[in-house]
Amino acid sequence: MPGVLGKKIGMTSVFLPDGKNVACTVIEAGPCFVTQIKTEETDGYEAVQVGYGSKKEKNTTNALKGHFKKANVDPLRHLVEFRDFKEVYSEDLNLGDELRVESVFEEGEFVDIVGTSKGKGFQGVVKRHGFRGVGDATHGQHNRLRAPGSIGGASFPARVFKGMRMAGQTGGDRVKVLNLKIIKILPEQNLVLVGGSVPGSKNSMVILEK
Amino acid sequence: MSELIKLVEQDYAEARNKYPEFKSGDTVNIHVKIKEGNKERIQQFQGAVIQRRNVNTNGETFTVRKISNGVGVERIFPLLSPNIEKIEVLRKGKVRQARIYYLRGKHGKAARIREKR
Repeated sequence: MPGVLGKKIGMTSVFLPDGKNVACTVIEAGPCFVTQIKTEETDGYEAVQVGYGSKKEKNTTNALKGHFKKANVDPLRHLVEFRDFKEVYSEDLNLGDELRVESVFEEGEFVDIVGTSKGKGFQGVVKRHGFRGVGDATHGQHNRLRAPGSIGGASFPARVFKGMRMAGQTGGDRVKVLNLKIIKILPEQNLVLVGGSVPGSKNSMVILEK
Repeated sequence: MSELIKLVEQDYAEARNKYPEFKSGDTVNIHVKIKEGNKERIQQFQGAVIQRRNVNTNGETFTVRKISNGVGVERIFPLLSPNIEKIEVLRKGKVRQARIYYLRGKHGKAARIREKR
């Protein structure tokens, strides 16, 4: 679903009026700019391309420079395309329009947040899939403490099934967290306070989806 | 910490200004709101502050220790909790450490704190 792009700033905790202490993530959301509007006639489907974050002109390729010039905006770091945008951005969109958080979201609303999780490198099955390991350090165990155990039968099926959970690259994936509550919006600073944690490291790009 | 986070925290930190200054070694009386069903009443907890943690953040807490019926009781309060009605400083103590954990091993006369004057 469409929404606003932003940057994760960090976490804090606040007390709500009912006395509950909530862990929150601070996100700098927007302002985003409309860089392209795709239509049924020209592109075969309806969508809107939205950009966020500034970037130096010298670091922009000529192709992108032309693309931004069409929308009459400064070069943007991140570009994301949304479909089914009509209900969310209500007013008629034009190229170069500014999208601000307070116009898209309101306090108390629930949002989904997309980010890229922190990379953990090549990890074993205990960290990667939550296997329990052997659980015994003695009773004949030797270097098996965090081993996965059996990965299948020997003579039948005599192969390892596809999708068998094993060690490998962990983290660095696109992750979406559902239903985080917007606790506060500070429109002047483009800041949003959402309850709960958000994938990714500080200063990484996140998408707030409706 | 990021300036932007501080900015957000400001809005939730009003309670900080309404309490008197206190630090570890001080004897304080904390008035805590307790909810029982629909009724709300105030409970007091009096003892010595033995530490303040995460100072100047919204997560700041402090620990109060008292001896109740011969048993040492420690209670941790979030400074900005709306459940804290009032903090009274009864006595300023003179201590050399910011965290006076050594009180835990002492009782009676040995657990006294010198008054600051």
